[in-house]
Amino acid sequence: MTVSDVPPIVTSRFGNPEAHTLAGYRATGGYEALAKALSMSPEAVGSEVKEASLLGRGGAGFPAGVKWGFCPPGVWPRYLVVNGDESEPGTYKDRMLMERDPHQLIEGVLIACYAVGCGQAFLYVRGEMALAQERIAAALNEAYAAGLVGRNIMGSDFSVDVVLHWGAGAYIVGEETALIESLEGERGMPRLKPPFFPAAKGLYMQPTIVNNVETLSNVPWIVTNGAAAYNALGAEASRGTRMFAVSGHVKNPGVYEVEFGTTTFRDIIYAPVYGGGIVGDRAIKAFIPGGASAPWFFEEHLDLPLEKGTVDRAGSMLGSGAIVVMDETTDVVRACLSLVRFFAHESCGKCTPCREGTTWLERILTRIISGQGRPTDLDLLLDVSDNISPGIAWPPKQTTICPLGPSAVSPISSALTRFRGEFESRIDLAVAARSAVTPVEISVGSHG
Amino acid sequence: MARLSPDNEVLARSIIARYPRPKSALIPLLHLAQEQDGWVTDEAMAHIGELVGVSSAEVLGTCSFYEMFKREPVGRYLVNICTNISCVLMGSDDLLAHAEERLGVTVGETTPDGTFTLEGAECIAACTEAPCLQVNYRYRYKVTPESFDELVDALAAGQFADEIPAHGTLARVRQVIPADRAAGPVAPDDGRQPVWIPEADGGAS
Ligand SMILES: Cc1cc2nc3c(=O)[nH]c(=O)nc-3n(C[C@H](O)[C@H](O)[C@H](O)COP(=O)(O)O)c2cc1C
Ligand code: SF4
Ligand code: FES
Repeated sequence: MTVSDVPPIVTSRFGNPEAHTLAGYRATGGYEALAKALSMSPEAVGSEVKEASLLGRGGAGFPAGVKWGFCPPGVWPRYLVVNGDESEPGTYKDRMLMERDPHQLIEGVLIACYAVGCGQAFLYVRGEMALAQERIAAALNEAYAAGLVGRNIMGSDFSVDVVLHWGAGAYIVGEETALIESLEGERGMPRLKPPFFPAAKGLYMQPTIVNNVETLSNVPWIVTNGAAAYNALGAEASRGTRMFAVSGHVKNPGVYEVEFGTTTFRDIIYAPVYGGGIVGDRAIKAFIPGGASAPWFFEEHLDLPLEKGTVDRAGSMLGSGAIVVMDETTDVVRACLSLVRFFAHESCGKCTPCREGTTWLERILTRIISGQGRPTDLDLLLDVSDNISPGIAWPPKQTTICPLGPSAVSPISSALTRFRGEFESRIDLAVAARSAVTPVEISVGSHG
Repeated sequence: MARLSPDNEVLARSIIARYPRPKSALIPLLHLAQEQDGWVTDEAMAHIGELVGVSSAEVLGTCSFYEMFKREPVGRYLVNICTNISCVLMGSDDLLAHAEERLGVTVGETTPDGTFTLEGAECIAACTEAPCLQVNYRYRYKVTPESFDELVDALAAGQFADEIPAHGTLARVRQVIPADRAAGPVAPDDGRQPVWIPEADGGAS
């Protein structure tokens, strides 16, 4: 079993309870990367980050430096929006980074603004994260007072305000165009891409870079140590390190920063320094490799490395770095309902296949669980799924504006493909129970 | 009930001034209203509309989309038990059932004395600490029925008042941008190239 012996990049200060203060951060090299960046040209900073294979950590895994280059030349102003809305079930890392090392994130934000030429930055923190909001507010206040944010940063001609903004509870706002709508004071409903790719038409219809908290937290290290040092870690396109939350039926649930691309699922679930194996040494039934939206993996996938391309090709995704482990005792129908209900609840309602489809999926699963299932229900689940995501394939096709709708299909198709028998036996029991009861005459006017 | 108090109106204006467009301040101002009254009143929404320059219907349109904004009074302590996948695997169904029994309410209800409102929450980003909950958005990890009862007793007895403010108050530290340090909001129609980007350079590419 491989245990990553690479020193942590983004969690390097987690052991220091003072890391969230400016003094604590500066004592460990904080804001030296910003000083170095300011001594370079914006273009040189941009190409250093582009050269580092820094895959976005918010879910889609798009290389950050490449995204920074997508703003149409000569169109000003540009904005930076930080996605701190972390709410994909199973995901727990951005909150830690915001609470424990807010200056690292702010420094990453400033470097990004300098390189891209962003006139203003907005740090959108999930509404339910009171401590993260406090820590970032305090960090920004200190950084402003020290001349590190705002006008003429470190005495240079680089000036940018970083505005802390909070959400108010809506998972869909994590989707970047919905995040932008929300930041404009609107209901958090996604925009159609194309044409509304944020780098071209984002906040207030201006070029906007949206990056995840963990993505930007890597930037100071890259500027300090260089792209080559970053790319020396990891495998294939998955470079550097990455944070993974391992939750569910493991002995040591926790958030682990490991070398990206080389550590395997087996390592992170079973190694004593990570997940430590399954509770009660039971067998593993299934695991979700990358958050609620990701198709499930099973025992035969354990030796795959945590590498983006490999996991994509195997039919799922690393998504937001959320590994949820289910042991052999797991009621998969119940697990499936929990995931589907989430998407039904969080659908913004803008498009019909998602709004209606996810609601029906939830209803059908609920009736199966409550002993009211019908023999036709499993095909119905797949039929509704097919209307949301034609062909039920991976990567998913969509009839919807954003990927939330198809996300609800992942748990259904995973569970039904692998554990159809468990759904069927519930339905069989329900049918048997119903036929054992003498039918009651249905009164006129009732809607069965 | 209440419009924003004079102090809060001053605060509201300083928040609005940070954004290129006033409407962007809607969510922060709705939070301010909820902090003032414990929930978002119609009068506060009308006042916010005046400050931001949109109709109160537009304020309501935004407000009603977001789970955290309560448009009727809730208990002093809003207890959100996570019912999502990692927590379900670790027993949150039982915890929620226990909470309903202990508080004598079903999900969505407030205890008759107005102390607790119970809700089921979606994932609150503490999945490795399952099952977990928040009280007014302050975390409690690996909650058991016993530790739930202890928590409820302590809250009812007024303990944790420092750590857990009344419903509506989120961060107790606010961002303050000092006037002499502010770079200022950048309007979307301000087409100037940033001064630190060299003339010929289009920025990172
Ligand atoms: C339904 C949905 C929810 C999302 N939620 C989040 C989120 O909570 N945090 C996040 O960083 N990205 C989230 N994303 C991805 C963002 O749209 C976007 O790709 C990301 O913030 C870009 O940052 P990155 O390139 O640094 O990863 C979500 C996407 C979708 C479709
Ligand atoms: S897919 Fe669902 S969440 Fe996404 S825009 Fe359509 S209705 Fe909204
Ligand atoms: S699933 Fe409960 S906190 Fe994430």
